[in-house]
Amino acid sequence: MKFPGLFKFTFWKVVAVALMTAGVVAAIDRFTRGLGAATNLHDTFPWGIWIGFDILVGVGLAAGGFIIAATVYIFNIERFRPILRPTILTAFLGYLLVIAGLMADLGRPWAIWHALIYWNPRSVMFEVAWCVMLYTTVLALEFSPIVLERFKLKRALKVIRTVTIPLVVLGVILSTLHQSSLGSLFLIVPSRMHPLWYSDVIPFLFIISCVAAGIAMLVFESYLSSRAFGREMELPLLTDLARVMVVVLALYFVVRIQDLTNRDALQYVFQWTYQSAMFHIEVILGVVLPFFLLLFRKVRSNKLGLFYSSVLVLLGFVAHRLNTAITSMEHWPVRTYIPSWQELSITMGLVAFGFTVFSFVVRYFNVYDEEPHTLHRAVEEEKVPDSALKSAPAR
Amino acid sequence: MLKSKALLIDISKCVGCGECARACAAANGLPEEEATELSATHYTVVQSYNNDETYVRRLCMHCNEPTCVSACLVGAFTKTETGAVLYDESKCIGCRYCMQACPFEVPRYEWSSLTPRIQKCKMCYERIAAGESTACAAACPFEATVFGDRDELVKEARRRIDENPGQYVDYIYGLEEAGGTSVLYISNVPFEKLGFPMNVPKTPIPQLSWRVLSQIPKYTVAATVVLFGIHWITARRTVVARFEAEEGKKKTTEQAGMGKQKSNTLNHESPEVPS
Repeated sequence: MKFPGLFKFTFWKVVAVALMTAGVVAAIDRFTRGLGAATNLHDTFPWGIWIGFDILVGVGLAAGGFIIAATVYIFNIERFRPILRPTILTAFLGYLLVIAGLMADLGRPWAIWHALIYWNPRSVMFEVAWCVMLYTTVLALEFSPIVLERFKLKRALKVIRTVTIPLVVLGVILSTLHQSSLGSLFLIVPSRMHPLWYSDVIPFLFIISCVAAGIAMLVFESYLSSRAFGREMELPLLTDLARVMVVVLALYFVVRIQDLTNRDALQYVFQWTYQSAMFHIEVILGVVLPFFLLLFRKVRSNKLGLFYSSVLVLLGFVAHRLNTAITSMEHWPVRTYIPSWQELSITMGLVAFGFTVFSFVVRYFNVYDEEPHTLHRAVEEEKVPDSALKSAPAR
Repeated sequence: MLKSKALLIDISKCVGCGECARACAAANGLPEEEATELSATHYTVVQSYNNDETYVRRLCMHCNEPTCVSACLVGAFTKTETGAVLYDESKCIGCRYCMQACPFEVPRYEWSSLTPRIQKCKMCYERIAAGESTACAAACPFEATVFGDRDELVKEARRRIDENPGQYVDYIYGLEEAGGTSVLYISNVPFEKLGFPMNVPKTPIPQLSWRVLSQIPKYTVAATVVLFGIHWITARRTVVARFEAEEGKKKTTEQAGMGKQKSNTLNHESPEVPS
């Protein structure tokens, strides 16, 4: 395997290497000195950004995987197939990074396999753990054709093809379950959470927002890939998906406001507090503003308009997750939290690693099908000789 | 059968001598130095309020339907017959959900350890099983902490409040909090002034999770039917799309082929309908 251009220095490569190095240094610190020394977590604030960002945001951003898989395989909308592979790749990498982050956060990571044998079905955490384990497996199987094709393992490909529909169905069920359950984790702290965020509808808000964020992530990834790999952004498909985002953002807003009103918590929105400021960032900047922007077709069908609106949605999504996990649990002066440099480094190092692996896979495997999938399908079904693939346009 | 045991803490009788904390440290092999906050090395602490006028001791409430028991994904916590809520470090993976979930913020962590464990009051489980009282109750010189059967202690608390009107706040903390706890407090000072969380639900907290989790099997069955159903209903779309794609490919191959021919006549092949 040749690696052309691997050692060419670009600004982003340097940034990525720097972040990953910082992440490794921080990880060594965490595993040699323990959680107390490496994090700013403490007895009255046991969960920080490794849960709030790495897990809650990481899992949510990978939602595009089940959305597009469902669109193509369950709703049979073939025209979205070109974005299926990059989306599955993003999702699969996302979940692997979540698991990596978890290994840093757990106090006894070597015991993580205990979840396989010690069961407590009354625990939301149990349900999250199992759904994430099973769904990562589903993603690995959905991702496998990209690898199997490269090494021409046709029989294995055939097997995967036959189980694809049930896999996708299982993937949608597992995804909806654990995306909402990451929110359900917080149902258990009614007296400790700020009323702007504690609610029966947290699970519902988590699933709605992950649909918006999953789509925004697709736009984000497509735009950056088009710049990095010199290929066309799939604008027509993403413009259509943007309309789904608009509806989902509207639904989120309506449910959020109605829920706050029902619980007499709307008053907190209008107070001048740290919590209300964070709420405004989450809802006004991250939901209302992109909603209005994306209402305009000119914005939806414009690369930059769509990209920046999606960035706002992503920011709002990150704000929602961090607010639910961190802001809402903070009570000055005893229960406050700022992440340590080690926590930030591992988080950003994992993100940088994700970008790096993504570019690697895109470069050396067939992720962006320039031939319609029918050609590859025909090769698998042995209706056309392998040599037909050789005449496929070079990437 | 062992009746559920409990502790009754009478704040009006506590003088802040700290004997309970010292006895606890001795009984559990913990370091002697005093602390004002619970920690991995302090299962109970005495806190002072109102310029040392009032003393409140803190410890695990040993809830009747513990949130930690329901929250722990590997079931490392159990509510025993004696009333004590115990932690099994051999199962723990260190996710700290118990710490996040406890409405009284009781479980503490060994943050400086490379093999950290949760630490909290064990209600002197071995002593109780042997018929003794807890170390703290045995040590208290003023009977501010007493040990006994929960229902008896509830009656005793009620009796003290009723027989001393005006002396106690008419409230037994722990009677209903989180569905009832095995550590009960009565006080001469309002509880909200002593750092007690007053907004803990009066119903068992695990129900808040179970309400959602119990719906999962129904949801899974329904979703399976709906998703396979939609796939089946819309399946024709894929057939049509594939046909159109193959047609498109045939036309481009034809045009490429025609470009190579020098003849002007066109050889039309009738399109084949896929079987």
